[in-house]
Amino acid sequence: MSVSFKIKKTVSNILEVQQLYREFKSGSKILTVVDDINFSIQEGISCAIVGPSGSGKTTLLGLCAGLDRPTSGTVSLNGIPLNPLSEDERAKVRNEHVGFVFQTFQLVPTLTALENVMVPLELRGDATKEVRERAQELLESVGLGDRTHHYPTQLSGGEQQRVAIARAFINQPKILFADEPTGNLDTETGEYIEDLIFDLNEKQGTTLVLVTHDLELAKKCNRIIKLKNGQVSEDNFTELEPETAAEKSL
Amino acid sequence: MSNNKSGFWTFKMAWRDSRSNRSKLFLFMAAIIVGVAAQVAITSFRANLNSSIESQAKELLGADLEVERNAPFQPELQEVLDSLGGDVTTGLEFNSMAFFPTSGTTRLSQITALEGEFPYYGELITEPSSAGAVYQQNGSALVDEPIMRLFGVEPGDSVKIGQLTYKIEGAIIEIPGQPVAASFFGPRIFIPKENVEETGLLQRGSRLEYVSLHKFPEGTDMAAVEDRLDKLRENNIRFGFDTVREREEEVGEAIMYLSNFLNLIGFIALLLGGIGVASSIFVYIRQKINTVAVLRCVGVSSNQALSIYLIQATAMGLLGSILGALLGSAVQLYLPVLVQDFLPVDIDLYISWASIFIGIGTGVVISVLFALFPLLAVRKISPLFSLRTIDINLNELLDNTTKVILGTSLAVFITGYAWLMLGEFLPALYFTLGLATCLILLTGFAKLIMIGSRKFLRAGFSYEWRQGLANLYRPNNQTTTLLLTFGLGVTMISSLYLTQDMLLDQIDFGDQRDLPNLALYDIQNDQNEGVNEIITSNGHDILQNVPIVTMRLQEINGMTTEEVDDDTTRNARGWALNREYRSTYRDSLLPTETLETGEWIGSVESRDELVPVSVEEDLLEDLDAAIGDTLTWDVQGIPIDTYIANSRTVKWDQPSPNFFVVFPAGVLENAPQFFATTINTTSREASLSLQQNIVQSFPNVSAIDVGQVLETVRAFIDKITFVIQFIGLFSIITGLIVLAGSAATSRFQRIREAVLLRTLGASKKQVIKIQVIEYVLLGIMASITGLILSLGASTLIGQFYFDITFVPNFYIIGIEIIILTALVLIIGLLNTRGVHNRPPLEVLRAEAA
Repeated sequence: MSVSFKIKKTVSNILEVQQLYREFKSGSKILTVVDDINFSIQEGISCAIVGPSGSGKTTLLGLCAGLDRPTSGTVSLNGIPLNPLSEDERAKVRNEHVGFVFQTFQLVPTLTALENVMVPLELRGDATKEVRERAQELLESVGLGDRTHHYPTQLSGGEQQRVAIARAFINQPKILFADEPTGNLDTETGEYIEDLIFDLNEKQGTTLVLVTHDLELAKKCNRIIKLKNGQVSEDNFTELEPETAAEKSL
Repeated sequence: MSNNKSGFWTFKMAWRDSRSNRSKLFLFMAAIIVGVAAQVAITSFRANLNSSIESQAKELLGADLEVERNAPFQPELQEVLDSLGGDVTTGLEFNSMAFFPTSGTTRLSQITALEGEFPYYGELITEPSSAGAVYQQNGSALVDEPIMRLFGVEPGDSVKIGQLTYKIEGAIIEIPGQPVAASFFGPRIFIPKENVEETGLLQRGSRLEYVSLHKFPEGTDMAAVEDRLDKLRENNIRFGFDTVREREEEVGEAIMYLSNFLNLIGFIALLLGGIGVASSIFVYIRQKINTVAVLRCVGVSSNQALSIYLIQATAMGLLGSILGALLGSAVQLYLPVLVQDFLPVDIDLYISWASIFIGIGTGVVISVLFALFPLLAVRKISPLFSLRTIDINLNELLDNTTKVILGTSLAVFITGYAWLMLGEFLPALYFTLGLATCLILLTGFAKLIMIGSRKFLRAGFSYEWRQGLANLYRPNNQTTTLLLTFGLGVTMISSLYLTQDMLLDQIDFGDQRDLPNLALYDIQNDQNEGVNEIITSNGHDILQNVPIVTMRLQEINGMTTEEVDDDTTRNARGWALNREYRSTYRDSLLPTETLETGEWIGSVESRDELVPVSVEEDLLEDLDAAIGDTLTWDVQGIPIDTYIANSRTVKWDQPSPNFFVVFPAGVLENAPQFFATTINTTSREASLSLQQNIVQSFPNVSAIDVGQVLETVRAFIDKITFVIQFIGLFSIITGLIVLAGSAATSRFQRIREAVLLRTLGASKKQVIKIQVIEYVLLGIMASITGLILSLGASTLIGQFYFDITFVPNFYIIGIEIIILTALVLIIGLLNTRGVHNRPPLEVLRAEAA
């Protein structure tokens, strides 16, 4: 498959969301889970999406990452509008620009740790030996250099999440989406994972968008978007200059 | 990514992804193995048989030409035969009682009196081996080996046929072109033709067949011979003839029908395997939804995702088919043992590569076609499922157009294959339609069961009952899968059993005391009184003493039978126009006969006027005649004009003399005639001793021991049904594998539930009880549904195929339900073995791995 995308080289917003709606039908009722959301995220920052259960956090994340289609509105990732793309074209965008970390780790149970990490690059058809070396390096950097040939079921929750983080970074993504990355882990392991994500994020200059309940974790981010009933109720920039923040927040 | 690289990665991923699941898919493969094995075994066997027939073609006839007639050959025919040259064997064939003085036993036998060196091709195998070559010079007899063994008769003993006693030269082991089963209906005895007249059996009324067997020099133009004989027949010279080519065609055709039928039964095994594939892939993919969603997240395209699992399914289908072909080739070695008795040739066994490739091809196509149903849903698995655990129904992911396209492709493939097997399109279409109807009905029943169990569920039931019942309709239930796979298997196997039972029931007259158990034929006019006296003096009742007059049809409404035959506007059948009729006369209908149309006229004053006759209903149709039409009969040289006064239906299955044409009293009394008598003897021993008494005094009289005939027929049907059941067994095995497979693929889910229940405090007994309730209910319902369908199928088979009203045997059905339910239960319980005695967490960890 060869799909070419026009990328605006001048863009400094990695993610732009405009007038985004997502409705679900429940019997005869229409449920608006994402209700007219607008924001954009500057390249290289970290942004937490927080809010109570049912506020639409995960749905918004799915829409931003191109995993779901909005009822209306637009999402642009790295300057590429997702709406006109087919499912397979979106898959290609994700493969090239996006990394994921899930609450439930979501490793492929039939693949070893190393193979799980290799998948995104293998899909591109990159030379296997190099991919293997890079995956090995990444696993070492998350402290799993000696567990590369273990299957997910042979690893603890924290270890599985570390493999997932290594997988997320192997394609040097422009943006990393993390959905409650520490939600299934104990505090100590959770903190370790947090540090790992922020560390790698900083090193690779990746933009981080993370959905969390954990306000302590959210506070570590440059920006916090609070959702309530599917709408943005607060949008705070912690470290950016106030005028820049105002400019970026549409 | 380039296409090449993409393809390579997909294969690699398919391999990696299958690593930890291969054992789970073994059962899926097993279903295909058995299905393909059945196919390959039967098609290989057919290929072997066809080539054996080809290589042994001349031995089928034992000569280049066989001519036969039920009277001495006409001079015109004899003249042509004499002019053909080559070697000739002439002979006479008839049935007669054979008496074995050593054992004091009698048996109605098929006598062949020969003069010449027949067989010219193949070998008449005897014991001792020299017997076949010398019995004609020595004036002795050859007797079928089974009857000699049965009566304890040895070569050197004697056999009395009519008035002549022959020394037994040896036992007949094999006659070229005749299957062993040919001796089922009377042992075969070969005697020299030279002095056959002295047996006193060649009298009027005896059914005699004159035969002439020819061997021509190499290079003789057989087409020219056939032309000359055909020309004679065109000139109304009546006789029959067979050449090697014709016999080969006839035998080939008969065998083709048998193997086609077996092949279809085998194909059903393969289709069951296909359903097994679909259901196991369905459950397999359900377990893979998360993996697919994650792969989609990291950039796998929908086609790549589909390809990963399509490659796995195809590979397993291919591997299963190859193993199946190996197994089938081994089973093929056993098939000849089963059917050799029915075959006129010895089977040369060899590996049929064509059959193996066709079997593997069919297996792969079936695997892929059936697997595509659940597999195509993979393309629709959204990456969003990785964020949320959504309970999706794979079936709903497929749009209706895809389902229709897939369903149509399957129907076309199945019809095409059945067409190839049957050689005719319509029956193939009916086969597919029948199968589709079964599947639709079974799915409908499954839905009914789910709705029914939901409605039936009451709050007052114990927890185990509520849970067990709820398991039938809860999400991811096994009701539809189990009903489809097991139900279809039960439908097919049970239809076979019920049809067999129905046929056997037809000939079971065991308790009907007023029916004859001994029938005497060929009693000459002057012997009738003497025979009757022996019967009554032995204390037996005569049920019927029927006169029989042989005659031929000469004209219908003034047109000769030849003219009628040539008249293309008339649909009269050749056999009805040309056969020798054996008619009787009497003044009343028998209880086994029913008047259909017209008026019964029991007697007439003289034959000067048109004589009213009664014609059997089917014959009326085959003569293309109607009530009131005139028929002129040639009664042994004397023409008698008659008209059709009425038509009758006759219960042909009753063991008493039945007739196509019945004359009224007052016409045929003085015509040359012989008698048939039916007797009800008190016991088998009494029957045997009466037969001996009669044969000693009247050797030409033939006795048909009805009890023994029924036993023979039963043995014959048993043998045939065993062959069918042997092939049907493949379907049972496939059905069980599919059942085990569908149970095994839901094992993890079952175990999680069982563990959850254990965690919540359920005792081992309670968990087992819930499962027993669920599986017993499923078993009972699947078997009852299958049985209901098979009752329907058997009724249709009875009505349209055998013209029999089917009365189900509820005893057999009851037993079937118990056995089938037990099978489902055992397989269901085996599915969760090892769960109950281990700590819950340990079980979950082990299963997840």
